[in-house]
Amino acid sequence: MTFPWLTILGLLPIAGGLALFLPVKGAGRWLGMFFALLTALLGFTVAGVYSASGAAALDVKASWITSIGTYWALGADGMGLAMVLMTVVLTPLVLLAEWKLPLEGGKWSPEAFVALVLILEGLSIFVFTANDVLLFYLFFEATLVPMYFLIVGFGGARRSYAALKFLLFSLAGGLIMLASVIGLYAVSAKSGAPSYLISDLAKLDFNNDLGRLLMIGFLIAFVIKAPMVPVHTWLPDAAEHSTPGTATMLVGILDKIGTFGMIKFCLGIFPDASRWVAPVMLVLALISILYGALGAIGSRNLMRLVAYTSVSHFGFMVLGIYAFTTQSISGTVFYMLNHGFSTAALFLVVGYLIKRSGTADIAAFGGVQKYVPVFSGVFLLAWLSALGLPGLSSFVSEFMVLAGTFAREPWYAAIAAVGVILSAVYSLRAYRAVMTGPVSDTAASEFRGRDLNLLEKAVMVPILGVLLFLGFYPQPAVKLVEPTATAAMQRLAVADPAPVVEGVK
Amino acid sequence: MNTMLMPLFTAPTIEFSALAPILIVFGAACIGVLVDAIMIGRLRGWRDEVQMGLVIGSTLGAFAYVVWNARKGVKGPLAMGSIMLDGPTYVAWGALLVFGLLAIMVFRETKVNGGVTAFASSAATVPGSAEEVEADRYRLQQTEIFPLALFSIVGMMVFASANDLLTLFVGLEVFSLPLYLMCGMARRRRLVSQEASLKYFLLGALSSAFFLFGVALVYAYAGSFKLGDIATKMASPTYGSGLLYTGLILLASGLLFKVGVVPFHNWTPDVYMGAPTPVTGFMAICTKLAAVLATLRVFYVALGAERWSWQPVFATLAVATMVLGAVAGLTQRDVKRMLAYSSIAHAGFLLTAVVGANQTDLGRTPSSVASILFYMIAYGFATIGAFALVTMVRNEAGEDNSFAAWSGLAKKSPWVAGIMTVFLLSFAGIPLTAGFIGKWTVFASAWRGGYGWLVVVAVLASLVAAYFYLRLIGVMFAGEPAAKSYVGEASGWTWVPVAIGAAATIMLGILPDAVLSMVSSLGAFLR
Repeated sequence: MTFPWLTILGLLPIAGGLALFLPVKGAGRWLGMFFALLTALLGFTVAGVYSASGAAALDVKASWITSIGTYWALGADGMGLAMVLMTVVLTPLVLLAEWKLPLEGGKWSPEAFVALVLILEGLSIFVFTANDVLLFYLFFEATLVPMYFLIVGFGGARRSYAALKFLLFSLAGGLIMLASVIGLYAVSAKSGAPSYLISDLAKLDFNNDLGRLLMIGFLIAFVIKAPMVPVHTWLPDAAEHSTPGTATMLVGILDKIGTFGMIKFCLGIFPDASRWVAPVMLVLALISILYGALGAIGSRNLMRLVAYTSVSHFGFMVLGIYAFTTQSISGTVFYMLNHGFSTAALFLVVGYLIKRSGTADIAAFGGVQKYVPVFSGVFLLAWLSALGLPGLSSFVSEFMVLAGTFAREPWYAAIAAVGVILSAVYSLRAYRAVMTGPVSDTAASEFRGRDLNLLEKAVMVPILGVLLFLGFYPQPAVKLVEPTATAAMQRLAVADPAPVVEGVK
Repeated sequence: MNTMLMPLFTAPTIEFSALAPILIVFGAACIGVLVDAIMIGRLRGWRDEVQMGLVIGSTLGAFAYVVWNARKGVKGPLAMGSIMLDGPTYVAWGALLVFGLLAIMVFRETKVNGGVTAFASSAATVPGSAEEVEADRYRLQQTEIFPLALFSIVGMMVFASANDLLTLFVGLEVFSLPLYLMCGMARRRRLVSQEASLKYFLLGALSSAFFLFGVALVYAYAGSFKLGDIATKMASPTYGSGLLYTGLILLASGLLFKVGVVPFHNWTPDVYMGAPTPVTGFMAICTKLAAVLATLRVFYVALGAERWSWQPVFATLAVATMVLGAVAGLTQRDVKRMLAYSSIAHAGFLLTAVVGANQTDLGRTPSSVASILFYMIAYGFATIGAFALVTMVRNEAGEDNSFAAWSGLAKKSPWVAGIMTVFLLSFAGIPLTAGFIGKWTVFASAWRGGYGWLVVVAVLASLVAAYFYLRLIGVMFAGEPAAKSYVGEASGWTWVPVAIGAAATIMLGILPDAVLSMVSSLGAFLR
C-alpha cells in the first residue's frame, strides 16, 4: 500500500470548501486561500514524488463497491499530472482574481464562492486521476453541481438560463455516457468477474459493433464537454453570464475533461473503435477550428469572444488526438495545459475591463491604452498567447499539433492552418477595438488613472510567467506528457508516419 | 379409538416468532384504535403521545425482530405457505418499517401548523358544518390517523411477502382501505382532499376487482392459489393458455395500478396533490415498495416460465411510463404534482429492472430484485425527506406548493433549499447521491437481462426528468424571493425524518457497499 497522495490531494480542497460552511465570519476568503495554497504545495510535492519514484508511487487501489466491481483507484500518468498541476495552480489565482468580487456583486456571500471553487477543484483532481470508469463518471457528473451554483449564484443578468443550459447539455452527454458505462459493466461481468478498472477493461475485446456503440456513448459526452461544434452553444452563454473566475474554472479546467476523456477512455479502452471514428472526428475538429474562429471574429461581447476562441482551440486539440501521431497527441496534451493558462489570462484580463467599465460590449471601448499602459500590455500579451505567437508556450503546442497532423493528414493540417490565420484576426481585432483608436466615453470616464493594481498584477504575473517560461523552455512539459502519447499510440497499434518535419525538442 | 374418521380440519400451524414483526405492528394498531375511545376527559391531551409511543415502539420492535430473524437465518414458507419469508421479504419489511416510522413522525408535527396537525380534527364531520367548527374550536383532535397508518403498514408487509394469490388480495385490501381514508383527512382544503380520497377509492376498487377476477382465472387455470403451484402447473397445463394470459393481464393491471404505471397512473397526480402532504409522503414510498415487491413475486415466482411473453409487454409499459412521467412533469407548476409525475417516471425506471429479470451471478452482483430493493431504499429516503420539506413552505392559509411560493427559497432558508436540492439531485440521479447508485443498479439489471435498448431510452427519459428537478432548484436558488410565502418553524417531528433522509441519501451515494452487498445477498425469492 503506497501513501495515498492523490486521495489527500483531492480531499484537502473539498474539506476546505466544506469547512467554509461553518461560521467563519470574515476569515472565509483567507481560510479558502490557505487551503488553495496548501493544495498547490501538495500538488507540487506529488509531482516531485512522481518524478523521483515514478507513477507507481502514486497508485492507489482499494475495493469500493465490491458487488459491482468498482474500485477507489487513483493514479496519474503524464497527462493526468499535467492537468492536476494546472488545476492546483489556477485555483488560487482564480480566488485571488475574484478576491473582491462577491462583495461587489452583492449576490451570494464571498465564502460561498470560495467554498464552491475549492470543492470544484477537489472534484476535478479526482476526475483527472480516476483509474476506474465508474469513479471517473461519478466525479465527472459531480463537478456539474458546484459549477451550476457558481454560475447561478454569482453570474450576470441571465445567469439562471445560462446555468440551466450548461447543466442540461452536460447532463445530456453524461447520461448517454451512463448507458455506455453500464454497457461496459455488462460486458465485463459476462467475461467473468465485473471490474471497472481501466486496466481490466483494456483487456476486453471491443473490436465489434457493441464496442463502437459504447465508444460513441463516451465520445458524445466528451464532444459536448470539450465543446465542439455543433454542441458548443452552451459555452458562450455560460461564459457570458458568469464571472471571469467562474469562466476560467469552466473553460480552463472543466472543459479539459473532454479531450482528457477522449485520450484516456476512448483511445485507451476502445482503440479499434477510435480508429474507426477518426475520419469523422477530424472533420468535426476542422469545423470547430474554423467555426469557433469565425464566431470569435463576429462576437460583440468580450466574454463570448474568449469562449469562441476556446471552441477553436479545442478543435486543434481534437485534431491532434485523432491525427494519431506521437507528436500530435503530445502536442494536444501540452496544448491542454497551455490553453488552461492562456484562457485564464484572457478571461481574467477581460474581467478587469468589465470591473472598471461595467460592460463586456466591445463597442463601448476604444483608446483605453492611453490611460492604462500596463493593463494594455498585459491585454496584448494575453491575446498574443491566444494567437500562438512564437516565444509563448501556445505556439509550441500548436506547432506540434499541426506538424504531427501534417505528417499523416497534410490536407487537414493545411485547412487547420487557416484557423491559425483567423486566430490572428480575432486576437488583433480585439486588441485594436479595445485598446487603440479614438478614445471612447467609457474609456475616458472609467479608465483614467486605473491601471492594474497590485492584486491584479499578482494574478497576471504568474499566469503570463508560465506561458513565457514554457514558451522558451517547453522541455519539462513535453517530457511530462510524452509518455501519455506513446502509450496511446501503442494502444492504437498505429505507427508514426516517417517524419517530415522535425518537432521542437 | 375411531381411526376411520379422518380429521375434517387440520389446525393451521402459525410460526408466531417468524411472523412477529407483522403481529407486533398489528397489535399496536389494534390498541391504537381504542385510544380515542378510552382516553377522554383529562387524558385527552395525552392521546398523541400514547399513539406516537405505540407507533415508535411497535415499528422499532418489529424492525429489531426482523433483523434478529434475518441474522438467525429463519427462512421458508409461513402460516401454511401463505407467507414466504425470504431475502426480499426481510429487506421489504425492514424498509417498510423504517420508512413507515419516518413518515408517521411527520404526521405528529404540530408546530409548523400553528399548534395543530395537518389532519382534520374530526374527519367524520361534513366540511363547513357546525360540527367541524365546534371540533376545531375545542381542539377535539381525533388520533385515528396513527392506527390507520399502522394497519396500512401491516397490509403492506403482508402484500410484499404473500405467497398465494388470496393472501395477496387480503394484503392489498388491508393496506388500501386505510389509505383511502387517510387521503381524505386533510385539515385544510378538505373538499379537495375528500375528492382525492373518493377518486383513489373508486379507481382502487376497480383495480381490486380486476385483480380478483385475475385471481379467479389463474385459479381456474392452475387449480391453486399458491404461486409455486401455479409455476408447476405451467409446466404441464391442463387447459389452454388463453385462461392464463387473460388472468395474467388482469392480475398485472391490479398490481401495476398500485405501482402507478402507465396506463394505470391517472390517480397519482390528483391523489398526491389532494391528500395531506405527510400522507402523500407515506404512500409515495410505502405503497410503491409493497406493490413492486408483490409484482416481482407474482411474475418471477409464479409466472417466471412465461417470461418471454410478459417481458416485451412490460418493456412497452416501462417506456410509456418513463416518457409520460418525464414529459408530463415538465409542465407542472406545483411541487406536489411535480413529485407525483416524478414518481410515475421512477415507476418506469423500476420497471426496466423488472423487464430485465436478471438472475446471473445471484448473490454476488445485484440481481433484478436486489437492484429494485436498493432503488426503493434510495428513493424512499429522498421521498420522505422531500415531502416533509414540502410541508414547511407556507403562506397564511397553510401549505403553499406552487413554484411561485418556492421562488427564492434559498434566501429565506438556505437549509431547507439546500436539503431539498440534495433530494432533487438524488431523484435526478446525479452522482454522490443515493439516486445515482439506484439508477445504475436498475439500468445494469436491465442491460444484463438483454434489454440494452431500454437502458438507452431510460437515460434519455432521465434527462427529461432531470430538467424539471433542476428547474425547481433554479427556482429556489435563482428566483426572486416570493413575497407571500414563508418557511414555517418545524419541530423535531419533521426535522428528524428530513435529517435522516438527507444523511442516508448522501451516505448511500458515497458508500453504498454495505447496503448493496446486503440486498445482493438477499436478492433471491424462495419458491
